[in-house]
Amino acid sequence: MEGELAHIGAGLAAIGSGAAAIGVGTVAGNFLSGALRNPSAAAGQTATLFIGIAFAEALGIFSFLVALLLMFAV
Amino acid sequence: MATEAQGEEGGLVFHPMDQFIVKPLFGDGPVGLFTITNVTLWMAITVVAVIALMVLGTSGRATIPGRMQSIGELAYGFIYKMVEDVAGKDAVAFFPYIMTLFMFIVFANFLGLVPMSFTTTSHFAVTVLLALLVFVTVTVVGFVKNGAAFLGLFWVSSAPLALRPVLAVIEIISYFVRPVSHSIRLAGNLMAGHAVIKVFAGFAAIAAVSPLSVVAITAMYGLEVLVSFIQAYVFTILTCVYLKDALHPSH
Repeated sequence: MEGELAHIGAGLAAIGSGAAAIGVGTVAGNFLSGALRNPSAAAGQTATLFIGIAFAEALGIFSFLVALLLMFAV
Repeated sequence: MATEAQGEEGGLVFHPMDQFIVKPLFGDGPVGLFTITNVTLWMAITVVAVIALMVLGTSGRATIPGRMQSIGELAYGFIYKMVEDVAGKDAVAFFPYIMTLFMFIVFANFLGLVPMSFTTTSHFAVTVLLALLVFVTVTVVGFVKNGAAFLGLFWVSSAPLALRPVLAVIEIISYFVRPVSHSIRLAGNLMAGHAVIKVFAGFAAIAAVSPLSVVAITAMYGLEVLVSFIQAYVFTILTCVYLKDALHPSH
């Protein structure tokens, strides 16, 4: 029974991936709308873009990690 | 390893996480501290490949660079500019360390994409060590360069006085979570991508969906090539950001 509950929990943790997708989309979309308004300033901000994406994505990876822990460690 | 999937009605006969099992290279004994495993082998290949590119590639010193020299010079210039832009001019002293980090991670990621190979950076043991080294280096550098003024990193002087203790607690927590997120981001991305490819490979055994599964594997592989580079880039650029915090801790 507990193993089954752990699997349900792992599935629920996958919601976090969708949430991270929203976050990454927000970062990239806002960067693009800003970059199209002022293309000359966009090139200097790509590093910031990747840092922002990395931070948003890391939290999705955390939920993936929770899923893995529930699948293999519980 | 799609050939291992021969279930009657298809399905996953092999497990998608099987590719990450650490096995001894010789014999079947237990894996100890000094056992030569497939991780050891692929790390050695990574190091040899980096040395081959950077030492052999640039040893010709041709005025008109060949292919290998061009790639070596491109990588050097790319990281040098990143360190200078993100961490500042005085961080150039740490360029060799950051260059080594980047080359090791990017080669480990790309070599992990070779079929039947082993992705060393998909293991937390590897990335946690890399991230802890960065964390310890940055902390030591911060205290050596600034002394006790390094603690000003946690005391946000631009915020109202009443808020500063609360912010200090948040800053300290976020400082100590850094190595965790730094390492888990790299290993998690790599592991997730490779596991997804293996899951699609498992569907290839079902005749009805196998063309779709092959297309999906190809698409995921393309994405993984991109992710491999971006994650190495993100790891190094975050190292630069942390280094900048250590060198100039004032907010």
